[in-house]
Amino acid sequence: MVETFHNLMLGFSVALAPDVLMYAVIGCVIGTLVGMLPGLGPLAGISMLLPATFGMSPVIAIVLLAGVYYGAMYGGSTTSILMRIPGEAASVMTCIDGYAMTQNGRAGAALFIAAVGSFIAGTVSVVALMLLAPWLATFALRFGPPEYSALLCLGLLVLAYMSSGSIPKTLAMAVLGLFLGMIGIDSMSGYSRFSFGINDLSDGLGIVPVAVGLFGVAEILLTAGQEFPPTVQKPKMRELLPTRQECRDSALPIARGTVLGFLIGIIPGSAHIISSFVSYGVERRLSKHPERFGKGAVEGVAGPESANNSAACGAFVPMLALGLPSGPITAVMLAALMVHGVSPGPLMIQNQPELFWGFIASMYIGNVVLLILNLPLVGLFVNLLRVPYSYLYPLVIVFCLLGVYAVAQSVVDVWIMLGMGVLGYGLRKLDFEAAPIVLGLILAPILEQSLRQSLAMSSGSYAILVTRPISATLFAVAALLIAWSLVSLFTKKKDWRKEVGLAEQPGE
Amino acid sequence: MIATAGAYAGWQSRKLPLGSLDNPGPGYMPLILATLLFVLGLVVAVAGRQSQPLAQIRWPELRHAIAILGTCAFAALAIEPLGYRLTVAIMLVFLVGVIERKPPLPVILVAAGMSLGSYWLFATLLKVPLPPGLFGI
Repeated sequence: MVETFHNLMLGFSVALAPDVLMYAVIGCVIGTLVGMLPGLGPLAGISMLLPATFGMSPVIAIVLLAGVYYGAMYGGSTTSILMRIPGEAASVMTCIDGYAMTQNGRAGAALFIAAVGSFIAGTVSVVALMLLAPWLATFALRFGPPEYSALLCLGLLVLAYMSSGSIPKTLAMAVLGLFLGMIGIDSMSGYSRFSFGINDLSDGLGIVPVAVGLFGVAEILLTAGQEFPPTVQKPKMRELLPTRQECRDSALPIARGTVLGFLIGIIPGSAHIISSFVSYGVERRLSKHPERFGKGAVEGVAGPESANNSAACGAFVPMLALGLPSGPITAVMLAALMVHGVSPGPLMIQNQPELFWGFIASMYIGNVVLLILNLPLVGLFVNLLRVPYSYLYPLVIVFCLLGVYAVAQSVVDVWIMLGMGVLGYGLRKLDFEAAPIVLGLILAPILEQSLRQSLAMSSGSYAILVTRPISATLFAVAALLIAWSLVSLFTKKKDWRKEVGLAEQPGE
Repeated sequence: MIATAGAYAGWQSRKLPLGSLDNPGPGYMPLILATLLFVLGLVVAVAGRQSQPLAQIRWPELRHAIAILGTCAFAALAIEPLGYRLTVAIMLVFLVGVIERKPPLPVILVAAGMSLGSYWLFATLLKVPLPPGLFGI
């Protein structure tokens, strides 16, 4: 504990350096704006800023990008509450009761509860991250190729199980992503695979063009043709304070959302999105008056908003401790670290404590900055939402183009982004999720390498995956998960996701 | 469609050496994934019989989407020969002025402001390499 405290002090000495502090604030402001603008989620925002971080130190780069990530979590709630438009996907559930509160004249209180809930969740989960990541990193030193194979397989299964769509559809998307990850030169044999003679494909499909295409461009293609522009309400400062009853009603949902969000955040997948869905379902189930949900229940804002911020922190645990991204956003951040020659993984915390602890301390500071930004300055930010969408989306498209091109100065990447935009548009129309594709693409090289190494270690016997204790345990959990989903299929028992409202769409 | 993609992926994988179990080759993992994709495609197709028919899906935004994609395709072709600023300006004039039919003055302001402003911010200030294009404009 004393060592953790000393390390944290080291972190604050790094994070409070004027330049780091300045970039943390810039990251939070950009993140808030990015989170508020429909079509520009944290992923597109981080991807666009990635090339700009190449000239920075690794500490500043990661602090800036992390600021964008959790700033977007805060910003997304503003559009959800005031306009019923989720600025980013994790705010979908906030739309339901947040907007209902706005219609009831409680917009200010909803914004206040969302900001305070996000602040509490963000701060508490950073403490959990601080305590858990070093422990997990020490434990992960025992991991070999079979354990990594088992962990990745389990992660993909959990993703399918936790997603709001159908399990086969999600798994199919994950496998498609894994296959796309096969494109390029095989690192173990040097063979060029599926690159069709295009030199730019030798390095494989980049995460940034795929992610920006599937999320940014696809979102624009879906929303740009909307007939009726949404209206914006501007809350007054004196309306910001919630009533005593609203505070009482929010306390437990914030606490539950924080714990739930952090635990879900650690699991691979679009954790911050899933966590807000699960939290909303749990709150409605636990409420004595579930009929209030959908009509302006403050618990429906407090729970999901706390959960998505907490999950954003939880997602950093596997990234920092294991070097494994838990989703597309952390994957882009890993790429940013690798550009600077930093290899995240079990040894990073020991070898580069100033990077890890500086990052942790900057998250504490970021949460304070965001609380300040999101309460008094909300009126200022809302003005941005008054810009007509017909002006806004062309600018977003330009940012997507700029971000993708600038990463590698490659026109092929721009074409990949457009192809993925079309794919993402089609998938959304057909009710498929795009996030598993990106996750599959990221995990493909690690999964392939660890599986091939495992087979080489065991002279071709798959038994190695189930005879070593850690990997056997992980595969047993995966088998339990499959059995569980099959049971609900055959007994016609209601799936847990339907029970907590995860399979429900806003507006219902 | 997924099953077809799986079948195609499997067909393409045949050119790669499979290797052996104790030394899997570059074609080993793609073949496993192509098979999985094919099987999952069939499962989705069978399960999909109970879901909404394809013909019932509405595509009201399709024309808009095609126009946006066409503009982006132009940008991909033009960004290196014409340069970032000129390409972005043309893109914005088309998107805001032609597709969204906004008045000329705001169109010019948005196109000029965004193309020059973003170039200054990213290329000049943040040193992000963007193509300067014809005559350095």
